[in-house]
Amino acid sequence: MAEKKIMLGNEAIARGAYEAGVKVSAAYPGTPSTEISENIVKYKEIYAEWSPNEKVAMEVAIGASISGVRAMASMKHVGVNVASDPLYTISYGGVNGGLVLVAADDPGLYSSQNEQDTRCVARAAIVPVLEPSDSQEAKDFTKFAFDMSEKYDTPVIVRTTTRLSHSQGLVTLEERAEVEDKVYERNAAKYVMMPGNAKGRHVYVEQRMKALAEDGCGFPVNRAEYQDTSMGFITSGIPYQYVKEVFPNASVLKLGMVHPLPKKLIQEFASRVDKLYIVEELEPVIEEQVKSWGIQAVGKEIFTIQGEYSANLLRKAVLGENPEVNAPVPVPARPPILCPGCPHRSVFSVLKKLHIHAAGDIGCYTLGAVAPLSVVDTTVCMGASISTLHGMEKAKGRDYIKNWVAVIGDSTFMHTGVNGLINMVYNQSSGTVMILDNSTTGMTGHQDHAATGKTLMGEVVPAINIYELCRAIGVKHVTEVNAFDLPELERVVKEETARDEVSVIITKSPCVLLKGNVFPYKCRPDSEKCKKCGACLRVGCPALTKNADGTISIDETMCNGCGLCMSLCKFDAISKVEA
Amino acid sequence: METKNIMIVGVGGQGTLLTSRILGGIMLDAGYDVKLSEVHGMAQRGGSVVTFVRYGDKVAEPIVEEGQADVLIAFERLEALRYAHFLKKDGVLVVNDWRIDPITVVTGAAAYPENIIETLKEQHTVYAIDAMTEAKKLGNSRTFNIIVLGMAAGHMDFTKEDWLKVIERTVPPKTVEINKKAFLLGFEGQDQDLNK
Repeated sequence: MAEKKIMLGNEAIARGAYEAGVKVSAAYPGTPSTEISENIVKYKEIYAEWSPNEKVAMEVAIGASISGVRAMASMKHVGVNVASDPLYTISYGGVNGGLVLVAADDPGLYSSQNEQDTRCVARAAIVPVLEPSDSQEAKDFTKFAFDMSEKYDTPVIVRTTTRLSHSQGLVTLEERAEVEDKVYERNAAKYVMMPGNAKGRHVYVEQRMKALAEDGCGFPVNRAEYQDTSMGFITSGIPYQYVKEVFPNASVLKLGMVHPLPKKLIQEFASRVDKLYIVEELEPVIEEQVKSWGIQAVGKEIFTIQGEYSANLLRKAVLGENPEVNAPVPVPARPPILCPGCPHRSVFSVLKKLHIHAAGDIGCYTLGAVAPLSVVDTTVCMGASISTLHGMEKAKGRDYIKNWVAVIGDSTFMHTGVNGLINMVYNQSSGTVMILDNSTTGMTGHQDHAATGKTLMGEVVPAINIYELCRAIGVKHVTEVNAFDLPELERVVKEETARDEVSVIITKSPCVLLKGNVFPYKCRPDSEKCKKCGACLRVGCPALTKNADGTISIDETMCNGCGLCMSLCKFDAISKVEA
Repeated sequence: METKNIMIVGVGGQGTLLTSRILGGIMLDAGYDVKLSEVHGMAQRGGSVVTFVRYGDKVAEPIVEEGQADVLIAFERLEALRYAHFLKKDGVLVVNDWRIDPITVVTGAAAYPENIIETLKEQHTVYAIDAMTEAKKLGNSRTFNIIVLGMAAGHMDFTKEDWLKVIERTVPPKTVEINKKAFLLGFEGQDQDLNK
């Protein structure tokens, strides 16, 4: 019997790539896509890398495809924006070896800065999209995507969402297909996208999509389940599961390919059911097209555009049912926070003390926007801290940003931050950039990057030195400081923000969650010496608790002994003890 | 069999993912269809986290909704209170009687509720244990979640041997023995309220 395994959606996508004979995989970490690469790297037959950003990852996969092997790039939805430049054009060029982009959307914003729908990008880029509904399909559709890519000479997007990527379900494993490399032949009309060639390819792209819309009516991934025809649902992805949960006897048209839409199949389904509903999370992508064909259907009139769906959401919207449940008990919120011992907290405590605003970026340090730290003023996208600070200065002058810094992590700096710094040097900024170097990509669960000295496949390589990189760009004032050396950090921040030239401060201390970190100390309070001033509590360390009498307790199972609370105590009421 | 719904709630970093791996393993061994839904990424940084586990003949929806949980496993008592309304009327709540202050409490913006276990008992069947203290006695505080799992295990459809087998192959090799001990501690005390 074939082996069955319980797999995360992302793990199943990786398995699908393996079984499809993929040879090259490139990605930049981003929730909810990260575990795809973390699982791909377990298959020794595949070369897998963390690229510095998603544009590079996409281009690596494109190069591999052109050379004749099956290749994959994976990223979160906002990463697709970074990769969109190559994506829009390789749509014209097409592929040699199969080329698949896995895009992980985040309805409900579990770990993202927006709730965009990759299907809209795919429509604009004229690229077909497959959307699985469970782990088994995540594997099967990924394999099908490679066949489709080669047959229709197109990159294919496999779209997943957080709920699918981070749900586990049963998967039947199969053998890896040994796919022979395609022969590369020079073909400028296909691979050199200059105006004359691209004109011709655009014609092809439209023909290809038309063929896919026709052939898609017969693809097994698009499946009409006819039962009771008084109600019919067109749906795809995870929402299919909610439809099946609530309406196990209704007719369902389950779309595995959501772009281009199999028009004839949809028309037939619509004609056979009395009332048609279209259930899709986020944008009304299917709905608007179906309605434009003159088909009557109910969609976003009753289903929200925001957030994730659920079975109860469908019960309420379609049946008007309100399941009787207890109301939640009002309890204090528990938002995510920086870990005990996090070096970012130490850096933010200094910025807070100096009343400095931070143009922020994407990473754990985005949490510096939250009380009690409340240091980070802005967060847009990867790398934006540096360029937005520059924009402020050019708009309002040097004095305006004397109490501002840009705050960016090491991985994010290598992603797209460095471009902004080049701009600051080139266009003569006087701003201060703080690179919070914790030697890893923290938020997504500790992935290596170009400045850590290790690759995804575990190879030890020369680490790009961020200090030297900044110097080489032309930043004259680059200072490295231990993130926990509060007096020195304060001195350097004051000095550099006052300067009339661009400067970089690199604060160094590894992420507390990095493997191999040892914590020889714990912090312990002395209630006799404690003056109940609350200074230690104002940096929001979760290991600290205020007692009823105003003194504090420190949870020794949580404390990593960083000593920040001790440094902030003016009364020597906290000391380090051996763990 | 009708689909059974389990929830694991706690604070990011408490090891809910390991517990859900054990649950997934045992359900797979028993030949059920199973779906687990977890939280990764930003929420894991000390935030409130929840894992849904559903098993039965055929499982569609991957999440458990309000009023549907047969068993709610809570690794912290405020989180038990936060999610208690997910329990079915006859559902069982197994809670680690342990307090971790959310940042809203640390900064004084909110107060940590008093008498949580008593409040929960007014409406639900509750088994509470100070698993952290028990785990420290065993010699490894990180095994607390396996103690709590042991207490919850009796409310699912698997034998003690099934559980031990899956624990053995799921936890890090060096911690097999202590985790088995931790499981048995919870399992054997499952119908008592060890908190008393």
